[in-house]
Amino acid sequence: MEILKPAIAGTLESSDAQVTVEPGQDGIELSLTSSVMNQYGRQIKATVLETLERLNVQHVRITVVDKGALDCTLKARVECAVFRSCGQSEENIPWGGVVQ
Amino acid sequence: MIPRPKPERFRLRRTMMFMNAQKPGLIKDAYIYGCDSIMLDLEDAVAENQKDAARFSLYHALKTIDYGDTEVIVRINGLDTPHWREDIRVCVAGGVDGIRIAKCESAQDVHTVEKAVEEAEREFGAEVGRTLLMAALESPKGVLNAYEICSASERMFGVAISGGDFRKCMQTTPQHNGIDMLFARGQMLLAARASGIQCFDTVFTDLDDEEGFRAEVFQNKAMGFDGKSLINPKQIRFVHEVFAPTEKEVIQAEKIVRAIKENAEKGLGVFTVDGKMIDIAFLPGAERTLRLARACGMYEGDLV
Repeated sequence: MEILKPAIAGTLESSDAQVTVEPGQDGIELSLTSSVMNQYGRQIKATVLETLERLNVQHVRITVVDKGALDCTLKARVECAVFRSCGQSEENIPWGGVVQ
Repeated sequence: MIPRPKPERFRLRRTMMFMNAQKPGLIKDAYIYGCDSIMLDLEDAVAENQKDAARFSLYHALKTIDYGDTEVIVRINGLDTPHWREDIRVCVAGGVDGIRIAKCESAQDVHTVEKAVEEAEREFGAEVGRTLLMAALESPKGVLNAYEICSASERMFGVAISGGDFRKCMQTTPQHNGIDMLFARGQMLLAARASGIQCFDTVFTDLDDEEGFRAEVFQNKAMGFDGKSLINPKQIRFVHEVFAPTEKEVIQAEKIVRAIKENAEKGLGVFTVDGKMIDIAFLPGAERTLRLARACGMYEGDLV
C-alpha cells in the first residue's frame, strides 16, 4: 500500500499506542518512543515492521508513541493508520487477508 | 489465532457487560471479571470518527485474546448508519459468538442483518448459521413489534431493552419501582417466552445508587428475566447472587428430575414429590434450575 496522506490512529491512553504515518521516499523510517522501551522496545519495533511488510508498505515515515500496548493493539493501530492514509479504512477491509 | 467453539444458542446469560471496543485497556482483560457474556460495543461508546479504528482493534482482540468460556457478543451500529455492514464483516471474520442489533424495530431489520451475516459467513469461510443474533428494542415501535422480532430467525437467542433511548421516547425517567418501563418489560418478556428465546433487562447507570440497583435486580428476577446488561464489573456479583437458585430450589429440582426419569421407566406419567403433583411439564424448569445451580457452583451432580 502507498502512504498517500498523513494519518493517525490510536491514543496516548495506557495500554494503547498512537501511530502516525506520513508519505516517505526513503524506505521505512521508524521513530519509536515507549513507556516500556527497555523491556519491549525490540519486540515493538519487530511488530511494527512485520505489520508494514504484511501491508506491503515500502516507503513511510512512521511515528509510534507506545503506552504499553499489547501486540494485537499495535497491529490494529498501525493498520488503521495505513488504511486511513489511503482513504480505505471505512469499508471492505481484507479481514484475514493482509489484515491478520 | 484463537478459534472459538461453535456458539450455543441457549446458555447461561445472567450478566452481559458492555465494553468499548475502541479501548484496548478494557477489552484485553474483559474476561477476568467473570460475567457470562461481554458486549463489545461498536455503537454509542465509539465516537463517529473512530468507527474504523474500533473495528481494527476489535478484529485483533478477537483473534488474539482467549476469552475462555465468556461469551463474546458485539453491538453493531444501527441500520440507519453507514457503518453496520462493515461491522458485520469484522464480527464474522473475527468469529464472534453473537451480534446485537441496535435499535431493532421489525422482523425486517432482523432479516436484513441475517442476510448480511450469511454473506459474511460465506465470504470468510465460516459455517453458515454459526453467528447468533439478538435484538435490542429501543423505541415504542420496537417494543410493539417484539413478537415478530423475537421469532424472526433461528439465529435469535435473545432480546433486550435499551432503557435510555426507550425512556426518552416515552417522556419518562428511571423510577425506583420500575413503573416507567413496566409495560415494555412485560411485553418483551411475553414475546421472548412465546418465541422460546431469552430476555435481558437494560443497564442500571447510576453507580452511586446501590439501593436502586438492588431493587431493580430483584424486580428483574421476579419478572422472569434471564439476565441483565451491566456497565461496571462491580455489578456482576450481585446479579449472580440474585439469579442463583436457593438451596431448597436445587434440592427440589434434583428430586423432580430424578423422579420423572425413574417413573418414566415404570410407565408412570403423573405422581407426587413431597406432596406436590409432578408431571413431564415440570422437567424443563427443573433442568434449568440445575443448570443454573451448576453455573453458580451449587450443583455437581450428573442429572444435567
